[in-house]
Amino acid sequence: MQMAEVPYNFPDTRGHFGPYGGIFVSETLIPALAELSEAYRVAQSDPAFLAEFDHELKHYVGRPSPIYHARRLSDHCGGAQILFKREDLNHTGAHKVNNCIGQALLARRMGKPRVIAETGAGQHGVATATVAARYGMECFVYMGSEDVKRQAANVYRMKLLGATVIPVESGSKTLKDAMNEAMRDWVTNVADTFYIIGTVAGPHPYPMMVRDFQSIIGREAIDQMQEDFGRQPDAVIACVGGGSNAMGIFHPYISHPSVKLIGVEAAGDGIETGRHAASLSAGTPGVLHGNRTYLLQDPNGQIIETHSISAGLDYPGVGPEHAWLKDTTRAEYVGVTDAEALHAFHTLCRMEGIIPALESSHAIAHAMRLAPTLPKDKLLLVNLSGRGDKDMHTVAEKSGIKF
Amino acid sequence: MSRIKTVFDRLGAEQRSALIPYIAAGDPSPAETLPLMHALVAGGADVIELGVPFSDPMADGPTIQRAAERALKHGVSLRDVLAMVKTFRTTNTATPVVLMGYANPIEAMGVERFVAAAAEAGVDGVLVVDYPPEEASDFANTLKAEGLDPIFLLAPTSTEARIAGVARIGSGYAYYVSLKGVTGAGHLDIGDVVSRIPNLKARLGMPVGVGFGIRDAASARAIGAVADAVVIGSRVIEEIERAPAGEAPQRVRAFLSEIRLALDEPVVESAR
Repeated sequence: MQMAEVPYNFPDTRGHFGPYGGIFVSETLIPALAELSEAYRVAQSDPAFLAEFDHELKHYVGRPSPIYHARRLSDHCGGAQILFKREDLNHTGAHKVNNCIGQALLARRMGKPRVIAETGAGQHGVATATVAARYGMECFVYMGSEDVKRQAANVYRMKLLGATVIPVESGSKTLKDAMNEAMRDWVTNVADTFYIIGTVAGPHPYPMMVRDFQSIIGREAIDQMQEDFGRQPDAVIACVGGGSNAMGIFHPYISHPSVKLIGVEAAGDGIETGRHAASLSAGTPGVLHGNRTYLLQDPNGQIIETHSISAGLDYPGVGPEHAWLKDTTRAEYVGVTDAEALHAFHTLCRMEGIIPALESSHAIAHAMRLAPTLPKDKLLLVNLSGRGDKDMHTVAEKSGIKF
Repeated sequence: MSRIKTVFDRLGAEQRSALIPYIAAGDPSPAETLPLMHALVAGGADVIELGVPFSDPMADGPTIQRAAERALKHGVSLRDVLAMVKTFRTTNTATPVVLMGYANPIEAMGVERFVAAAAEAGVDGVLVVDYPPEEASDFANTLKAEGLDPIFLLAPTSTEARIAGVARIGSGYAYYVSLKGVTGAGHLDIGDVVSRIPNLKARLGMPVGVGFGIRDAASARAIGAVADAVVIGSRVIEEIERAPAGEAPQRVRAFLSEIRLALDEPVVESAR
């Protein structure tokens, strides 16, 4: 039996999820955010905008993505049934494109011919470059110079798609610095430029807007679960870096109290080593990149460098709505180490013929940990947020193989 | 009366504009900050904006970010910055010091603890770049309760409602960001600033300083003709960067003296 739905109305009009979220930016960015909020508010209630978004998701991305019952993996674990929401089957190979299409359509509507984005491993950069090509927009992607070196294939992909990749030399030369630099570009060129943020972080309205565009994942899942299994899952499991794939699948389920929500953070070498990216599990609240949320910081409030085998989870903050879901205990957040994620990666390759992204492998690892503790009739729905082709080099290197 | 108000009242009576240089505390090294602060005063500074280094200075351009990175290499914390101000106060009790930085180091210390420590150290005002007025009313009240001025930014694009918000919760002076972009950018539209300031001053009921993009005596002078204060940051940092080891204070003093001279030249009415 499904329990009654519980209403959930966050954020408030100024972007707050309880004490988290908000708009913590310099005055110079305020008008740009106000313009964006207003444009998004109008677009959201425009049937033509929503119809075009749906059309693009169906014909360009290939949605709906199926739910797949991983029977061999479930048998191997010997407990609950493990199901995958197959975001890895999307065009460009991950959930990121859902949000990029939404924001690019909004940019076009607002008359902004130039889009910019930040990227860590390059996935959001590739997705942004893809939609920019699709809609004929000029595209600049900021990427830490360390990441440019580590992710040469994705840099080349973005160039193939017509984007200009700008290496960022400041700070730790990684994702957070790319985000700082993209913000600087935006504040300088706001008249013709739309900043496509790739995750549910940043100042309001980004956390809400990115969540809304990604919520297609959870909405589809609710329908598909009912259709294929006659009920909703017992738990929904997703990896959390900034947290966009998790928010996308969690959000429609928040009002279903019988469905447990579990976010899986990157525990890197182990939380106790300090080399990890588990902001919710090991961080403290603070203000970064325009919102208040859990951060990995030193006692003086300086943001510290993070570590994860998965570049997509390697971020010192996390979306503010996750901070709120943690504090209210609506969602639970756990950590999975590099080694556990790699083990899950290899297991899934062999057991199901699916090469998952290292990010998604964190969620799979937790499902594999949880399944044996539960009876066989329990259903665990894992968001398989991306495919692992991009991670070939990382995984091969770990196994001592050179191409 | 607050030091900031005293300074602006005096300058207003003399029909002069305040000169407000910015340096990052701890840049190029913690030991050089005090000599630099004194050099700023000797060069003609009326108020000192002292940057609190932060790892992710989103609103700053490359010059000020480099300054923050140099300071952070020495591990300079908010507590260290407060200690520097306290030492500065042992020999200078007149020049207001405004801390300028980002929210996170302050929240990490705790707002109440920070404000009490800042007041005790002799800080006069605080400008938190990523605290716009709607997120900062409690913070502003806490500062005011300790006699400190909460200073806010305004931009060419700020709406009437936002200007009214700053008038309501800000004090000391307001900092008008004269261009779209980050600190140190090079495309200042002086004519635009000059046309906006009188109206802004009237509605704020407090002095208005102008910054972001002021790089030389000519632009300082043009802005100083209408604004109550001229803020110069990136250009001062560049002097520090270019100076041979140990010579930064002299360089900064010489640079500021030029600006001071230009600001204090009587304005010829016919040239306006």
